[in-house]
Amino acid sequence: MPTLSIWFVRTAFSYLVLGFTFGALMLANKGVPFAATLWRLRPAHIELLTIGWVVQLALGVAYWILPRFWEGPARGNTTGAYLAYGLLNGGIWLVALSTWLGLSPGLQLAGRLAEAGAALSFAWHIWPRIVGREG
Amino acid sequence: MPPLTRWYVRSSFLYLVATLVTGVWLAARAVWPGSLPGSSALSPIYFHLFMIGWVTQLIFGIANWMFPVYTREAPRRSERLGSATYALLNTGLLLRIVAEAGVAGAGATGWRWLLGGAVLLLLLAALAFVVNTWGRVTGK
Repeated sequence: MPTLSIWFVRTAFSYLVLGFTFGALMLANKGVPFAATLWRLRPAHIELLTIGWVVQLALGVAYWILPRFWEGPARGNTTGAYLAYGLLNGGIWLVALSTWLGLSPGLQLAGRLAEAGAALSFAWHIWPRIVGREG
Repeated sequence: MPPLTRWYVRSSFLYLVATLVTGVWLAARAVWPGSLPGSSALSPIYFHLFMIGWVTQLIFGIANWMFPVYTREAPRRSERLGSATYALLNTGLLLRIVAEAGVAGAGATGWRWLLGGAVLLLLLAALAFVVNTWGRVTGK
C-alpha cells in the first residue's frame, strides 16, 4: 500500500472512531438525557462519517488499487492526490467545527469549497488511470 | 473470500434491502399521511440501517478480505477480534433499531437503557475494527 493511501486510510479510521463517538454521545443522550447541547454534534457526526470515513477511505483505496502505468512513475502525476488529501481534511474540519461551535456560515462554505476542490484534484490525478486492459 | 467477509457482505445486502423497504415505508407515509404505522424513529432508523448496516458493514467485510496481510501466521491479525467486531456491530445496530422505536413509542425507562447498551456495542465495534485493522494498513 503506498504511503498516501496509508495516510488516507488511517485518517479515515480516525474519523470512524470520532464520528461513532459523537453518535454514541447523542444516542446516549436520547436514551437518558444529560446534555441537550450534544445535539449540536449532529452535523459534525454526519460530516465526519460521510466525508471523513466513507469518501476518504474510497479515495485511499482507489489511489492504491486502480491501474498503474507501465512506464514512468507507476501512479503518474501524484500532485493532485496529495492536494486532495490536504483539501479534503481541511474542508472536513472547517465544516465540522463551524457547525459544532456555531461559527460563521462562511467557514462552512469555505469547507465545502475545499472538499469540492479535493474532488476535482483527485479526479485530475486518477482520470488517466481509469483504463481497461486494452489501455 | 474468507468466512467472516461472507458474513459481512451477506449481512450488508440484507440491510440494504431493509433500508430500501424502510425508505418505501417513509415515502408511503408521506403520500398517505396517517394511513400507515410509524413514528419519528423511522427516519434515523433508515439512515443508520444504510450507513452502518450497508455501507460500514460492507467496508469492514471487504477490508477484512483485501487489506495487506498482517503476518503470514495471522494474515487477518485476530480472527477472534474480527468475529467480535461483527457481533458487536450487528447486535448494536439491531438493538439500536428496536430501542429507538421503543423510546419513540412507549418511552419507558427500559427502552432508554437498551439504547445505552446499543451505544456501547456500536462504539466497541468501531474501536475493535480499528484496533484489528490498523496494523494491516502498511506499505507491505
